[in-house]
Amino acid sequence: MAMQFYASPEQIMRDRSELARKGIARGRSAVTLSYEGGVLFVAENLSSALHKVSEIYDRIAFAAVGRYNEFENLRRAGVRMADTIGLSFDRRDVTGRALANAYAQTLGAIFTEQSKPFEVEICVAEVGSTPEADELYRITYDGSVNDEPGRMAMGGQAEAVTGALREEHRLDMSLNDAVRLAVRALGSVGGEGGAPRTIAASQLEVAILDRRRVGRTFRRITGAALVTLLNGAPATADGGEAAPADPKPPAPGPDKPAESAGSADLEGKEKPTGGGKSGNGKDKPK
Amino acid sequence: MFLNVGTSSFTQFLSTAAPDLLPGRRPLPPGSASALAPHATTIVALTTADGVVMAGDRRGTMGNLISSRDIRKVHPADEYSLVGFAGTAGIALEMVRLFQVELEHYEKIEGAMLSLDGKANRLAAMIRGNLGAAMQGLAVIPLFAGFDLAATDPARAGRIFSFDVAGGPYEETGYDGIGSGSLFAKAALKKRYRPGLSADEAIRIAVEALYDAADDDSATGGPDLSRRIYPVVMTATAEGTNRLPDAEAAAVAEAVVAARMENPGG
Repeated sequence: MAMQFYASPEQIMRDRSELARKGIARGRSAVTLSYEGGVLFVAENLSSALHKVSEIYDRIAFAAVGRYNEFENLRRAGVRMADTIGLSFDRRDVTGRALANAYAQTLGAIFTEQSKPFEVEICVAEVGSTPEADELYRITYDGSVNDEPGRMAMGGQAEAVTGALREEHRLDMSLNDAVRLAVRALGSVGGEGGAPRTIAASQLEVAILDRRRVGRTFRRITGAALVTLLNGAPATADGGEAAPADPKPPAPGPDKPAESAGSADLEGKEKPTGGGKSGNGKDKPK
Repeated sequence: MFLNVGTSSFTQFLSTAAPDLLPGRRPLPPGSASALAPHATTIVALTTADGVVMAGDRRGTMGNLISSRDIRKVHPADEYSLVGFAGTAGIALEMVRLFQVELEHYEKIEGAMLSLDGKANRLAAMIRGNLGAAMQGLAVIPLFAGFDLAATDPARAGRIFSFDVAGGPYEETGYDGIGSGSLFAKAALKKRYRPGLSADEAIRIAVEALYDAADDDSATGGPDLSRRIYPVVMTATAEGTNRLPDAEAAAVAEAVVAARMENPGG
């Protein structure tokens, strides 16, 4: 006769949480933070093809840590949802909050209903017209969602990384300072004997949502542009489409929106900032 | 429904998740609907030394009436390609939007752009899906042109594809036109086109061809100097797509009109 073992719901949830936490903690970390010119994503990633940071929509991006196949599935779902909403309504009707809620529902359902939870932690970020208006959502494996204050870290030893970020992060940082702070924070953990590590540019995945662009604002910063940023020389906001073999198109200029038949009203207008003139424009050569 | 493994094609995703959002899938009542909806007409495209130029007039017609003086029929499909349309304006605009999302969606999912031929094939599939509506008078014919990033010779990177109601695509050499005025526009292009045109020359020739189309076709509008409505001219080159600013389009159109004051035949 088969024995039925009883496990209390609390025990089951605890076990699943533990499994997910362990899986996430094994991976390398990722950092998202707001700076003066947009939202910056920096992830430790040995692969240049399998991304942890990706574009979802015009002003929304996605960063994740944990199991690649699981968060890649979530990323595709997000792109599909965003494109469906954008097609059936308008591009402006796609919001980070709606996506964060959908992710929370999905992850929550998977956590309670499936035998194994997703071992992922994700960030949905929407760039606003000012750093204060940026929205950063952290969604964890159990479907809980948090609105983060301008910066967040995910993955292994996230608390230590967050601590390093919190001390120095300011919303009016330049891109240079923001990238160097993020890399320093990522390197503050995992070194031998607690010493800071140096992380090479080839092990970093860096991308931004550029506040001053209209249309699609997501840009990756790779290759020479990234090295320049890390070394501290002033770099450009639309810096590194770099890698020449990269099939991604060059960035459309700020005066050239990724326009569509459906949103012709965006054309020829200043992007809808409350802030009037766009900053000091020092990292935007024209 | 968003989590299925599926393909990288947005239209294929929609066909299972939300088929009502796809044009061409809706049941139509019997009878011809051709007189009910506005029509858009003439688009021309020609290759240049560094890409392609596409231009379209601004007139929409409904039977013998002008339904719109400033309809826009030439749109960027993505960073490197352009799409213009002739036929039923409502369906065409919806199709252009869907096509733009299709290309962007693939790029976001796969992290790389579709090839130019891949884009043309997707557009052909969309047009073929509209065949039922086309047979009831709601036809849409696009013209697709773009800069081929895979081309080895930059002088051959600008490519043009045409379509018919049953799909396509048919690659055109040098230049092409669609819409009711295309007969006249293509005749003008035939005489003026040569390989290796500069962008400025090609823009002038495109606007002249539209002028010739408007001269002989009532459904094609010429430059409207009194209302300052000029043809939409777009280019696709290695730097991406660009719409000629209104001031420059106005300058070209006014120069063409001024030249026709001297010699109406061009």
